[in-house]
Amino acid sequence: MSEMTAKQVLFEPIFSNNPIGLQILGICSALAVTTSMNVTIVMCLSVIAVTAFSNLAVSLVRTQIPGSIRIIVQMTIIASLVIVVDQILKAYAYEISKQLSVFVGLIITNCIVMGRAEGFAMKNGPWLSFLDGVGNGMGYSIMLLFVAFFRELLGAGSLFGVTLLTPVNEGGWYITNGLLLLPPSAFFIIGLAIWGLRAWMPEQVEEEDFKMSRHTHKEAF
Amino acid sequence: MAKPKETVSRTLFVALVLSIVFSVVVSTAAVVLRPAQIKNQNLDIKTNILAAAGMLSNGASADEIESVFSQFDVRLVDLDTGDYVEPSFVDVNDPMKYDMYKAASDPKMSTKIPSSEDKAGIKRRPNIAKVYTLSENGEMKRVVLPIHGYGLWSTLYGFVSLEGDLNTIEGLGFYAHAETPGLGGEVDNPRWKSQWVGKELYGEDKTEPQIRLMKGGVSANAADKEHKVDALSGATLTSRGVEHLVNYWMGDRGYAPFLKKLREGEA
Repeated sequence: MSEMTAKQVLFEPIFSNNPIGLQILGICSALAVTTSMNVTIVMCLSVIAVTAFSNLAVSLVRTQIPGSIRIIVQMTIIASLVIVVDQILKAYAYEISKQLSVFVGLIITNCIVMGRAEGFAMKNGPWLSFLDGVGNGMGYSIMLLFVAFFRELLGAGSLFGVTLLTPVNEGGWYITNGLLLLPPSAFFIIGLAIWGLRAWMPEQVEEEDFKMSRHTHKEAF
Repeated sequence: MAKPKETVSRTLFVALVLSIVFSVVVSTAAVVLRPAQIKNQNLDIKTNILAAAGMLSNGASADEIESVFSQFDVRLVDLDTGDYVEPSFVDVNDPMKYDMYKAASDPKMSTKIPSSEDKAGIKRRPNIAKVYTLSENGEMKRVVLPIHGYGLWSTLYGFVSLEGDLNTIEGLGFYAHAETPGLGGEVDNPRWKSQWVGKELYGEDKTEPQIRLMKGGVSANAADKEHKVDALSGATLTSRGVEHLVNYWMGDRGYAPFLKKLREGEA
Protein backbone atom coordinates (compact mmCIF):
# COMPACT_ATOMS: atom_id res chain seq x y z
CA MET A 1 0.00 0.00 0.00
CA SER A 2 2.66 2.52 -0.85
CA GLU A 3 1.82 5.78 -2.57
CA MET A 4 -1.37 5.44 -4.57
CA THR A 5 -3.12 8.12 -6.55
CA ALA A 6 -6.76 8.85 -5.92
CA LYS A 7 -7.62 7.47 -9.34
CA GLN A 8 -5.88 4.20 -8.67
CA VAL A 9 -7.54 3.86 -5.30
CA LEU A 10 -10.94 4.42 -6.86
CA PHE A 11 -10.68 2.27 -9.99
CA GLU A 12 -8.23 -0.50 -9.10
CA PRO A 13 -10.84 -2.51 -7.16
CA ILE A 14 -13.19 -2.62 -10.12
CA PHE A 15 -11.30 -5.04 -12.30
CA SER A 16 -7.67 -5.40 -11.34
CA ASN A 17 -8.27 -5.85 -7.61
CA ASN A 18 -11.91 -6.84 -7.48
CA PRO A 19 -12.99 -7.77 -3.95
CA ILE A 20 -15.08 -10.70 -5.17
CA GLY A 21 -13.03 -11.67 -8.21
CA LEU A 22 -9.56 -11.50 -6.73
CA GLN A 23 -9.99 -11.48 -2.98
CA ILE A 24 -13.03 -13.80 -3.00
CA LEU A 25 -14.80 -11.78 -0.30
CA GLY A 26 -18.49 -11.05 0.14
CA ILE A 27 -19.66 -14.21 -1.61
CA CYS A 28 -22.53 -14.81 0.83
CA SER A 29 -24.53 -11.79 -0.17
CA ALA A 30 -23.54 -12.28 -3.80
CA LEU A 31 -25.47 -15.55 -3.69
CA ALA A 32 -28.42 -14.21 -1.80
CA VAL A 33 -29.45 -10.96 -3.40
CA THR A 34 -28.78 -11.52 -7.07
CA THR A 35 -32.08 -13.00 -8.25
CA SER A 36 -33.27 -9.72 -9.70
CA MET A 37 -31.57 -6.59 -10.97
CA ASN A 38 -33.70 -4.15 -8.97
CA VAL A 39 -32.91 -5.75 -5.66
CA THR A 40 -29.26 -6.12 -6.59
CA ILE A 41 -28.88 -2.45 -7.42
CA VAL A 42 -30.29 -1.36 -4.08
CA MET A 43 -28.02 -3.82 -2.29
CA CYS A 44 -25.05 -2.48 -4.26
CA LEU A 45 -25.84 1.14 -3.42
CA SER A 46 -26.19 0.18 0.23
CA VAL A 47 -22.85 -1.59 0.26
CA ILE A 48 -21.13 1.30 -1.55
CA ALA A 49 -22.56 3.74 1.02
CA VAL A 50 -21.53 1.59 3.95
CA THR A 51 -17.98 0.84 2.75
CA ALA A 52 -17.40 4.47 1.78
CA PHE A 53 -18.65 6.02 5.00
CA SER A 54 -17.26 3.37 7.31
CA ASN A 55 -13.87 3.82 5.67
CA LEU A 56 -14.20 7.57 6.06
CA ALA A 57 -15.21 7.34 9.71
CA VAL A 58 -12.56 4.80 10.61
CA SER A 59 -9.91 6.82 8.84
CA LEU A 60 -10.94 10.02 10.65
CA VAL A 61 -10.49 8.48 14.06
CA ARG A 62 -7.70 6.06 13.18
CA THR A 63 -5.06 7.92 15.19
CA GLN A 64 -7.25 7.81 18.28
CA ILE A 65 -8.24 4.16 18.17
CA PRO A 66 -6.33 2.08 20.73
CA GLY A 67 -4.95 -1.01 19.01
CA SER A 68 -6.46 -3.35 21.56
CA ILE A 69 -10.04 -2.45 20.70
CA ARG A 70 -9.66 -1.41 17.10
CA ILE A 71 -11.70 -4.27 15.62
CA ILE A 72 -14.67 -3.66 17.88
CA VAL A 73 -14.44 0.06 17.17
CA GLN A 74 -14.62 -0.67 13.44
CA MET A 75 -17.51 -3.05 14.00
CA THR A 76 -19.43 -0.44 15.97
CA ILE A 77 -18.99 2.11 13.22
CA ILE A 78 -19.97 -0.35 10.50
CA ALA A 79 -22.92 -1.74 12.43
CA SER A 80 -24.28 1.74 13.13
CA LEU A 81 -24.03 2.73 9.48
CA VAL A 82 -25.75 -0.46 8.39
CA ILE A 83 -28.62 0.15 10.80
CA VAL A 84 -29.02 3.67 9.46
CA VAL A 85 -29.05 2.38 5.86
CA ASP A 86 -31.60 -0.28 6.82
CA GLN A 87 -33.84 2.32 8.44
CA ILE A 88 -33.63 4.57 5.40
CA LEU A 89 -34.55 1.72 3.07
CA LYS A 90 -37.52 0.78 5.25
CA ALA A 91 -38.71 4.36 5.11
CA TYR A 92 -38.14 5.13 1.44
CA ALA A 93 -37.84 1.84 -0.46
CA TYR A 94 -40.14 -0.42 1.50
CA GLU A 95 -40.86 -2.97 -1.24
CA ILE A 96 -37.20 -3.55 -1.94
CA SER A 97 -36.24 -3.55 1.71
CA LYS A 98 -38.74 -6.37 2.19
CA GLN A 99 -37.04 -8.39 -0.51
CA LEU A 100 -33.58 -7.69 0.84
CA SER A 101 -34.90 -8.48 4.32
CA VAL A 102 -32.11 -9.74 6.49
CA PHE A 103 -29.35 -9.17 3.96
CA VAL A 104 -29.12 -5.45 4.58
CA GLY A 105 -28.39 -6.24 8.20
CA LEU A 106 -25.85 -8.79 7.09
CA ILE A 107 -23.79 -6.10 5.36
CA ILE A 108 -22.28 -5.80 8.84
CA THR A 109 -20.67 -9.18 8.36
CA ASN A 110 -19.69 -8.55 4.76
CA CYS A 111 -15.97 -9.19 4.80
CA ILE A 112 -15.36 -6.46 2.24
CA VAL A 113 -16.47 -3.68 4.60
CA MET A 114 -14.42 -4.88 7.53
CA GLY A 115 -11.51 -5.83 5.29
CA ARG A 116 -11.26 -2.34 3.83
CA ALA A 117 -11.61 -0.66 7.23
CA GLU A 118 -8.83 -2.74 8.72
CA GLY A 119 -6.69 -3.06 5.62
CA PHE A 120 -6.91 0.42 4.14
CA ALA A 121 -8.69 3.00 6.27
CA MET A 122 -6.53 2.34 9.34
CA LYS A 123 -3.46 3.33 7.33
CA ASN A 124 -4.64 6.06 4.98
CA GLY A 125 -6.17 9.52 5.10
CA PRO A 126 -9.91 10.15 5.07
CA TRP A 127 -10.24 11.19 1.43
CA LEU A 128 -8.31 8.24 0.03
CA SER A 129 -10.14 5.90 2.38
CA PHE A 130 -13.48 7.23 1.25
CA LEU A 131 -12.51 6.67 -2.39
CA ASP A 132 -11.24 3.22 -1.55
CA GLY A 133 -14.61 2.44 0.01
CA VAL A 134 -16.46 3.68 -3.07
CA GLY A 135 -14.09 1.78 -5.35
CA ASN A 136 -14.44 -1.50 -3.51
CA GLY A 137 -18.17 -1.04 -3.27
CA MET A 138 -18.23 -0.58 -7.04
CA GLY A 139 -16.04 -3.62 -7.58
CA TYR A 140 -18.49 -5.63 -5.52
CA SER A 141 -21.41 -4.08 -7.39
CA ILE A 142 -20.09 -4.81 -10.85
CA MET A 143 -19.71 -8.47 -9.98
CA LEU A 144 -23.17 -8.63 -8.42
CA LEU A 145 -24.78 -6.95 -11.40
CA PHE A 146 -23.01 -9.37 -13.72
CA VAL A 147 -24.37 -12.31 -11.72
CA ALA A 148 -27.85 -10.82 -11.41
CA PHE A 149 -28.02 -10.12 -15.14
CA PHE A 150 -27.72 -13.80 -16.02
CA ARG A 151 -29.79 -15.05 -13.10
CA GLU A 152 -32.75 -12.81 -13.79
CA LEU A 153 -32.59 -13.10 -17.58
CA LEU A 154 -32.23 -16.88 -17.75
CA GLY A 155 -33.99 -17.71 -14.49
CA ALA A 156 -37.06 -15.53 -14.82
CA GLY A 157 -36.89 -14.34 -18.43
CA SER A 158 -36.86 -10.70 -17.44
CA LEU A 159 -34.53 -7.80 -16.63
CA PHE A 160 -35.40 -5.14 -14.06
CA GLY A 161 -38.76 -6.88 -13.79
CA VAL A 162 -39.54 -6.31 -17.48
CA THR A 163 -40.30 -9.59 -19.22
CA LEU A 164 -38.01 -10.13 -22.20
CA LEU A 165 -38.31 -13.87 -22.75
CA THR A 166 -41.94 -14.81 -22.06
CA PRO A 167 -41.89 -17.88 -19.81
CA VAL A 168 -44.03 -20.95 -20.50
CA ASN A 169 -45.90 -20.39 -17.22
CA GLU A 170 -47.23 -17.17 -18.63
CA GLY A 171 -48.10 -18.61 -22.00
CA GLY A 172 -44.82 -17.87 -23.79
CA TRP A 173 -42.09 -20.09 -25.19
CA TYR A 174 -39.21 -19.70 -22.76
CA ILE A 175 -38.67 -22.54 -20.31
CA THR A 176 -37.16 -20.80 -17.30
CA ASN A 177 -34.07 -22.26 -15.77
CA GLY A 178 -35.11 -22.74 -12.14
CA LEU A 179 -31.57 -23.51 -11.04
CA LEU A 180 -30.54 -19.96 -11.78
CA LEU A 181 -33.01 -18.68 -9.22
CA LEU A 182 -31.44 -20.81 -6.53
CA PRO A 183 -28.37 -19.56 -4.66
CA PRO A 184 -25.89 -22.21 -5.90
CA SER A 185 -26.17 -20.91 -9.45
CA ALA A 186 -24.38 -17.75 -8.35
CA PHE A 187 -21.36 -19.91 -7.58
CA PHE A 188 -21.21 -21.07 -11.18
CA ILE A 189 -21.56 -17.56 -12.54
CA ILE A 190 -19.01 -16.09 -10.14
CA GLY A 191 -16.68 -18.95 -10.98
CA LEU A 192 -17.02 -18.28 -14.69
CA ALA A 193 -16.57 -14.55 -14.11
CA ILE A 194 -13.37 -15.13 -12.15
CA TRP A 195 -12.10 -17.43 -14.89
CA GLY A 196 -12.87 -14.80 -17.49
CA LEU A 197 -11.28 -12.05 -15.42
CA ARG A 198 -8.10 -14.02 -14.89
CA ALA A 199 -7.87 -15.04 -18.52
CA TRP A 200 -8.05 -11.35 -19.39
CA MET A 201 -5.61 -10.27 -16.66
CA PRO A 202 -3.26 -13.22 -16.15
CA GLU A 203 -1.41 -11.34 -13.41
CA GLN A 204 -4.43 -12.01 -11.16
CA VAL A 205 -3.76 -15.71 -11.19
CA GLU A 206 -2.60 -16.36 -7.67
CA GLU A 207 1.03 -17.15 -8.32
CA GLU A 208 2.41 -16.29 -4.91
CA ASP A 209 0.21 -18.88 -3.29
CA PHE A 210 1.86 -21.57 -5.33
CA LYS A 211 5.45 -20.87 -4.35
CA MET A 212 4.95 -24.03 -2.33
CA SER A 213 5.38 -25.89 -5.58
CA ARG A 214 9.15 -25.84 -5.11
CA HIS A 215 8.73 -28.54 -2.54
CA THR A 216 7.80 -30.99 -5.24
CA HIS A 217 11.45 -31.12 -6.30
CA LYS A 218 12.19 -34.47 -4.85
CA GLU A 219 12.85 -33.09 -1.40
CA ALA A 220 10.51 -35.36 0.46
CA PHE A 221 10.99 -38.65 -1.25
CA MET B 1 0.27 11.07 15.84
CA ALA B 2 2.29 8.88 18.12
CA LYS B 3 0.59 9.88 21.34
CA PRO B 4 0.41 7.14 23.94
CA LYS B 5 -2.96 5.62 23.22
CA GLU B 6 -2.69 2.20 24.76
CA THR B 7 -3.44 3.04 28.38
CA VAL B 8 -6.46 1.44 30.02
CA SER B 9 -8.15 4.73 30.85
CA ARG B 10 -7.75 5.93 27.31
CA THR B 11 -9.14 2.73 25.87
CA LEU B 12 -12.18 3.06 28.13
CA PHE B 13 -12.57 6.69 27.18
CA VAL B 14 -12.51 5.97 23.45
CA ALA B 15 -14.99 3.11 23.89
CA LEU B 16 -17.33 5.33 25.87
CA VAL B 17 -17.24 8.25 23.44
CA LEU B 18 -17.73 5.93 20.51
CA SER B 19 -20.71 4.22 22.12
CA ILE B 20 -22.38 7.50 22.95
CA VAL B 21 -21.83 9.04 19.52
CA PHE B 22 -23.12 6.04 17.61
CA SER B 23 -26.05 5.33 19.87
CA VAL B 24 -27.16 8.90 19.23
CA VAL B 25 -26.72 8.43 15.47
CA VAL B 26 -28.65 5.16 15.40
CA SER B 27 -31.48 6.30 17.65
CA THR B 28 -31.88 9.54 15.74
CA ALA B 29 -32.24 7.63 12.49
CA ALA B 30 -34.74 5.24 14.06
CA VAL B 31 -36.86 7.98 15.59
CA VAL B 32 -36.81 10.34 12.63
CA LEU B 33 -37.68 7.67 10.08
CA ARG B 34 -40.26 5.86 12.19
CA PRO B 35 -43.40 7.66 10.90
CA ALA B 36 -42.45 6.99 7.28
CA GLN B 37 -41.83 3.32 8.07
CA ILE B 38 -45.15 2.83 9.83
CA LYS B 39 -46.92 4.48 6.93
CA ASN B 40 -45.20 2.07 4.56
CA GLN B 41 -46.15 -0.95 6.62
CA ASN B 42 -49.80 0.04 6.81
CA LEU B 43 -49.91 0.84 3.14
CA ASP B 44 -48.34 -2.52 2.41
CA ILE B 45 -51.04 -4.39 4.36
CA LYS B 46 -53.78 -2.43 2.62
CA THR B 47 -52.20 -3.06 -0.76
CA ASN B 48 -52.17 -6.80 -0.07
CA ILE B 49 -55.80 -6.81 1.01
CA LEU B 50 -56.87 -4.95 -2.10
CA ALA B 51 -54.75 -7.26 -4.26
CA ALA B 52 -56.48 -10.33 -2.80
CA ALA B 53 -59.87 -8.73 -3.38
CA GLY B 54 -58.92 -7.90 -6.96
CA MET B 55 -59.46 -4.21 -6.27
CA LEU B 56 -55.93 -3.06 -6.91
CA SER B 57 -55.31 -1.30 -10.18
CA ASN B 58 -51.80 -1.32 -11.61
CA GLY B 59 -49.56 1.47 -10.38
CA ALA B 60 -52.12 2.83 -7.93
CA SER B 61 -50.74 5.66 -5.85
CA ALA B 62 -50.71 5.66 -2.07
CA ASP B 63 -53.71 8.00 -1.95
CA GLU B 64 -55.73 5.85 -4.32
CA ILE B 65 -55.02 2.77 -2.21
CA GLU B 66 -56.09 4.61 0.93
CA SER B 67 -59.31 5.79 -0.66
CA VAL B 68 -60.26 2.37 -2.08
CA PHE B 69 -59.39 0.73 1.19
CA SER B 70 -61.55 3.15 3.15
CA GLN B 71 -64.62 1.36 1.72
CA PHE B 72 -63.77 -1.60 3.92
CA ASP B 73 -64.90 -1.96 7.51
CA VAL B 74 -62.19 -3.39 9.69
CA ARG B 75 -63.71 -5.62 12.36
CA LEU B 76 -62.42 -7.95 15.04
CA VAL B 77 -63.94 -11.39 15.35
CA ASP B 78 -63.87 -13.95 18.13
CA LEU B 79 -62.98 -17.09 16.20
CA ASP B 80 -64.57 -19.52 18.65
CA THR B 81 -67.98 -17.91 18.74
CA GLY B 82 -67.90 -16.14 15.40
CA ASP B 83 -69.10 -12.89 17.00
CA TYR B 84 -67.69 -9.44 16.44
CA VAL B 85 -65.85 -8.01 19.40
CA GLU B 86 -65.10 -4.40 20.27
CA PRO B 87 -61.52 -3.20 19.74
CA SER B 88 -61.33 -2.40 23.46
CA PHE B 89 -61.53 -6.15 24.09
CA VAL B 90 -57.95 -6.45 22.84
CA ASP B 91 -56.87 -3.09 24.29
CA VAL B 92 -56.70 -1.06 21.11
CA ASN B 93 -58.78 1.91 20.05
CA ASP B 94 -58.46 1.30 16.32
CA PRO B 95 -58.99 -2.25 14.99
CA MET B 96 -56.29 -1.56 12.37
CA LYS B 97 -53.78 -1.46 15.23
CA TYR B 98 -54.53 -5.00 16.37
CA ASP B 99 -51.88 -7.47 15.22
CA MET B 100 -53.29 -10.98 15.17
CA TYR B 101 -49.92 -12.54 14.44
CA LYS B 102 -48.40 -10.91 17.47
CA ALA B 103 -51.41 -12.08 19.48
CA ALA B 104 -50.77 -15.64 18.27
CA SER B 105 -47.55 -15.75 20.27
CA ASP B 106 -49.16 -14.34 23.41
CA PRO B 107 -50.52 -17.18 25.60
CA LYS B 108 -53.27 -14.92 26.95
CA MET B 109 -54.58 -14.03 23.52
CA SER B 110 -54.21 -17.29 21.69
CA THR B 111 -55.01 -20.98 21.91
CA LYS B 112 -52.63 -23.85 21.48
CA ILE B 113 -53.71 -26.06 18.59
CA PRO B 114 -53.53 -29.79 19.37
CA SER B 115 -51.05 -31.28 16.92
CA SER B 116 -53.70 -33.62 15.52
CA GLU B 117 -55.71 -30.60 14.40
CA ASP B 118 -52.81 -28.44 13.35
CA LYS B 119 -53.15 -28.93 9.62
CA ALA B 120 -51.76 -25.50 8.86
CA GLY B 121 -48.66 -26.07 11.00
CA ILE B 122 -49.04 -22.86 12.97
CA LYS B 123 -49.00 -24.27 16.55
CA ARG B 124 -50.99 -21.41 18.09
CA ARG B 125 -54.05 -19.61 16.84
CA PRO B 126 -55.05 -16.13 17.98
CA ASN B 127 -58.46 -15.97 19.69
CA ILE B 128 -59.38 -12.81 17.90
CA ALA B 129 -58.95 -12.31 14.17
CA LYS B 130 -59.03 -9.15 12.12
CA VAL B 131 -61.40 -9.26 9.15
CA TYR B 132 -62.22 -6.78 6.43
CA THR B 133 -65.77 -6.50 5.20
CA LEU B 134 -67.25 -4.44 2.42
CA SER B 135 -70.97 -3.85 2.37
CA GLU B 136 -73.11 -1.80 0.05
CA ASN B 137 -76.55 -0.61 1.17
CA GLY B 138 -76.42 -2.92 4.14
CA GLU B 139 -75.67 -5.95 2.00
CA MET B 140 -72.43 -7.87 2.40
CA LYS B 141 -70.46 -7.67 -0.85
CA ARG B 142 -67.09 -8.97 0.09
CA VAL B 143 -65.13 -10.36 3.03
CA VAL B 144 -61.34 -10.46 3.14
CA LEU B 145 -59.86 -12.86 5.68
CA PRO B 146 -56.22 -13.22 6.70
CA ILE B 147 -54.83 -16.76 6.47
CA HIS B 148 -51.46 -18.28 7.19
CA GLY B 149 -49.79 -21.63 7.44
CA TYR B 150 -46.65 -23.61 6.82
CA GLY B 151 -45.50 -24.53 3.32
CA LEU B 152 -42.15 -26.17 2.70
CA TRP B 153 -39.60 -23.74 4.11
CA SER B 154 -41.65 -20.99 5.57
CA THR B 155 -44.93 -19.73 6.90
CA LEU B 156 -47.05 -18.25 4.13
CA TYR B 157 -49.09 -15.20 5.07
CA GLY B 158 -51.92 -14.14 2.85
CA PHE B 159 -55.50 -13.11 2.38
CA VAL B 160 -58.48 -14.79 0.87
CA SER B 161 -61.34 -12.70 -0.42
CA LEU B 162 -64.88 -14.11 -0.56
CA GLU B 163 -67.89 -12.90 -2.47
CA GLY B 164 -71.13 -11.89 -0.79
CA ASP B 165 -72.36 -15.49 -0.71
CA LEU B 166 -69.45 -16.22 1.66
CA ASN B 167 -68.63 -19.31 -0.33
CA THR B 168 -67.20 -18.25 -3.68
CA ILE B 169 -63.55 -17.25 -3.69
CA GLU B 170 -62.88 -13.96 -5.33
CA GLY B 171 -59.16 -13.96 -4.94
CA LEU B 172 -56.32 -15.37 -2.91
CA GLY B 173 -52.80 -14.18 -2.49
CA PHE B 174 -49.78 -14.49 -0.24
CA TYR B 175 -47.77 -11.44 0.65
CA ALA B 176 -45.02 -13.01 2.71
CA HIS B 177 -43.31 -16.36 2.30
CA ALA B 178 -39.89 -17.83 1.61
CA GLU B 179 -40.73 -20.74 -0.65
CA THR B 180 -38.29 -21.82 -3.36
CA PRO B 181 -38.21 -19.24 -6.16
CA GLY B 182 -39.48 -20.73 -9.40
CA LEU B 183 -41.13 -23.71 -7.66
CA GLY B 184 -43.10 -23.04 -4.46
CA GLY B 185 -42.46 -19.36 -5.04
CA GLU B 186 -44.89 -19.63 -7.96
CA VAL B 187 -47.71 -19.09 -5.43
CA ASP B 188 -47.13 -15.50 -6.47
CA ASN B 189 -47.69 -16.24 -10.14
CA PRO B 190 -50.74 -14.26 -11.29
CA ARG B 191 -51.77 -17.06 -13.65
CA TRP B 192 -51.85 -19.58 -10.85
CA LYS B 193 -53.67 -17.21 -8.53
CA SER B 194 -56.27 -16.49 -11.20
CA GLN B 195 -57.44 -20.12 -11.02
CA TRP B 196 -58.81 -19.54 -7.54
CA VAL B 197 -61.31 -17.02 -8.74
CA GLY B 198 -64.79 -18.53 -8.71
CA LYS B 199 -63.86 -21.67 -6.76
CA GLU B 200 -66.21 -22.64 -3.96
CA LEU B 201 -65.06 -23.29 -0.43
CA TYR B 202 -67.86 -25.43 0.90
CA GLY B 203 -69.98 -28.28 -0.37
CA GLU B 204 -73.73 -28.56 0.09
CA ASP B 205 -73.62 -28.65 3.88
CA LYS B 206 -71.65 -25.39 4.11
CA THR B 207 -69.50 -26.57 7.00
CA GLU B 208 -66.43 -28.47 5.89
CA PRO B 209 -64.19 -26.69 3.39
CA GLN B 210 -63.49 -28.85 0.35
CA ILE B 211 -60.55 -27.18 -1.36
CA ARG B 212 -58.15 -29.61 -3.05
CA LEU B 213 -54.97 -28.88 -4.96
CA MET B 214 -54.73 -31.42 -7.76
CA LYS B 215 -51.58 -32.73 -9.39
CA GLY B 216 -51.71 -32.58 -13.14
CA GLY B 217 -54.34 -29.89 -13.34
CA VAL B 218 -58.10 -29.83 -13.22
CA SER B 219 -59.89 -30.84 -16.40
CA ALA B 220 -63.02 -29.04 -17.47
CA ASN B 221 -65.31 -31.97 -16.69
CA ALA B 222 -63.69 -33.17 -13.45
CA ALA B 223 -66.03 -34.00 -10.58
CA ASP B 224 -66.17 -31.30 -7.93
CA LYS B 225 -64.08 -29.03 -10.08
CA GLU B 226 -65.50 -26.03 -8.26
CA HIS B 227 -63.37 -27.07 -5.26
CA LYS B 228 -60.26 -28.05 -7.17
CA VAL B 229 -57.23 -25.98 -8.10
CA ASP B 230 -54.19 -27.04 -10.10
CA ALA B 231 -51.25 -27.70 -7.78
CA LEU B 232 -47.94 -25.97 -8.36
CA SER B 233 -45.65 -28.10 -10.50
CA GLY B 234 -42.50 -29.17 -8.70
CA ALA B 235 -43.82 -27.91 -5.37
CA THR B 236 -45.79 -30.73 -3.78
CA LEU B 237 -45.15 -29.61 -0.22
CA THR B 238 -45.95 -25.97 -0.82
CA SER B 239 -49.17 -27.00 -2.61
CA ARG B 240 -50.10 -29.31 0.24
CA GLY B 241 -49.38 -26.51 2.71
CA VAL B 242 -51.64 -24.12 0.82
CA GLU B 243 -54.44 -26.70 0.65
CA HIS B 244 -54.16 -27.40 4.37
CA LEU B 245 -53.98 -23.81 5.47
CA VAL B 246 -56.97 -22.76 3.37
CA ASN B 247 -59.03 -25.67 4.72
CA TYR B 248 -57.87 -25.03 8.27
CA TRP B 249 -58.76 -21.36 8.25
CA MET B 250 -62.06 -21.87 6.51
CA GLY B 251 -62.97 -24.75 8.81
CA ASP B 252 -64.51 -24.99 12.29
CA ARG B 253 -61.37 -23.84 14.06
CA GLY B 254 -61.00 -20.91 11.69
CA TYR B 255 -63.59 -18.63 10.17
CA ALA B 256 -66.45 -21.12 9.66
CA PRO B 257 -68.37 -20.02 12.81
CA PHE B 258 -68.01 -16.40 11.78
CA LEU B 259 -69.09 -17.04 8.18
CA LYS B 260 -72.05 -19.09 9.42
CA LYS B 261 -73.25 -16.22 11.58
CA LEU B 262 -72.75 -13.77 8.74
CA ARG B 263 -74.76 -16.01 6.43
CA GLU B 264 -77.56 -16.29 8.94
CA GLY B 265 -77.87 -12.57 9.20
CA GLU B 266 -75.82 -11.01 11.92
CA ALA B 267 -72.55 -11.86 13.52
